[in-house]
Amino acid sequence: MIGHRKDLLGLEDLTADEIVSILDTARTFREVLDRPIPKVPSLRGMTAANLFFEPSTRTRLSFELAEKRLSADTVTFQTSGSSVSKGETLRDTARNIEAMGIHLVVIRHQSSGAPHYLARHLEAGVINAGDGTHEHPTQGLLDIFTMREKRGRIAGLNVAIVGDVMHSRVARSNIWGLTKLGAQVTIAGPPTMMPAEVERFGVRVAKSVEEAIEGADVVNILRIQLERQRGSLYPSLREYARVYGVTSERLRRAKPDVTVMHPGPMNRGVEIAQDVADGKHSVILEQVTNGVAVRMAVLYLLAGRDASAEAISESPTVEAKKGHDEPTLSPRR
Amino acid sequence: MPTGESVEQVREKAEIIDGEGLRRAIIRIAHEIIEKNGGAKDLVLVGIRRRGVPLAHRIAAKIREFENVEIPVGALDITLYRDDLQTIAHQPVVGPTDVPVDIDEKVVVLVDDVLFTGRTVRAALDELIDLGRPRAIHLAVIVDRGHREIPIRADYVGKNVPTSRREVIMVKVQEIDGHDGVSIGEMLS
Repeated sequence: MIGHRKDLLGLEDLTADEIVSILDTARTFREVLDRPIPKVPSLRGMTAANLFFEPSTRTRLSFELAEKRLSADTVTFQTSGSSVSKGETLRDTARNIEAMGIHLVVIRHQSSGAPHYLARHLEAGVINAGDGTHEHPTQGLLDIFTMREKRGRIAGLNVAIVGDVMHSRVARSNIWGLTKLGAQVTIAGPPTMMPAEVERFGVRVAKSVEEAIEGADVVNILRIQLERQRGSLYPSLREYARVYGVTSERLRRAKPDVTVMHPGPMNRGVEIAQDVADGKHSVILEQVTNGVAVRMAVLYLLAGRDASAEAISESPTVEAKKGHDEPTLSPRR
Repeated sequence: MPTGESVEQVREKAEIIDGEGLRRAIIRIAHEIIEKNGGAKDLVLVGIRRRGVPLAHRIAAKIREFENVEIPVGALDITLYRDDLQTIAHQPVVGPTDVPVDIDEKVVVLVDDVLFTGRTVRAALDELIDLGRPRAIHLAVIVDRGHREIPIRADYVGKNVPTSRREVIMVKVQEIDGHDGVSIGEMLS
């Protein structure tokens, strides 16, 4: 259960219990994806709209797939940015969504806070699929899900996040989620890309990539956003790769069975060396598969949260037991 | 285990099957399954979470005792196949479905504790059919309490218990509740 939440806007808003509950639900959907028919009828009759105001391939496909695997109807809208005043566009978008009877809205927007604006103006549930440099909660959840599957736990894990932490919504969501669940997070990257006062959240700032990787259970490598800040925050790509790129040489400082992650798309040879990207520690493609399961879990948990009618059920207690008394933090699985 | 989020308060009125009675019902169901199928060949037992699962394991144990064959047992969580997700207050926690064998061309016996409206079984049938194509699906329940809302019937029944809609049947199993037995109660409210 994620409380009686209508929206998922960021991991900052969630409690540790809510995060764990999403991860547990995602594990069930991970199993659904391995079935001969990897589809369940849970969201039949519901409609999800995917609004991508910023280009995206993997996240958009992942959400569309998650919606289809839950039997929801989907509509997708993608633009590569518009000159129209953003507030204006969004308000109109909200009105249109309302008029079309859409139940769930997935939104990616270049402006931080755009999903929050929609959430305030819509009855429909809103899922943030990345807003500016703020958060990308489902990516954070799928990273944490993958870490938990690989390492068996989150509490006490040493997680190194390497790269442009300041501009990365992925990093932000990772940091919120991981610190809430008790991981020790260390960040490293060009000094121009380190956020101020991040220590307040219990995050350690390493002086070098080597120092951050030392003894790490997980190394999560952030993408250098070539399209956004070419050349302004670091001298050159070659220089970046030399000083901050994760190479197999640098990776030797981590735990021998270290888990290497990257949210994609990768700049091979820049933030991640070729042999690391394809190496035995890399779980980058598993992250992609897990992403569908995690998004199914979020969609499923947000759907149907506002209904008030009585359940049509077998005898109430028996049914209540069936559905409800699995302990949320079940250690069983 | 306490029912935590159970909405209705229930007053227990009487025990209608004791532990010994439940044991005998399971033995009889096991015999009937063997008889109807002419042995234990191609059988797979699938319990509906939660109480159907331990019951399926117990029936399988009896079949093993009588026929000396190991019957695969699976577990089905029907939450994702419910027809009322949009009408319940908040989403139930989904448990894992774990059917460890290929069910194509097998005879699958679904096992549940109580048969009431039939909607749980309807959801279970949909889920099973998504998992494979069994040669046949049978249904075994400990208590049939009537009040069907859809045309579904059980092949093996421990006990038929006529009830009113206000009454509640509670099947208790050692593995989950700490003791065996079936009791009847009444909703307070």
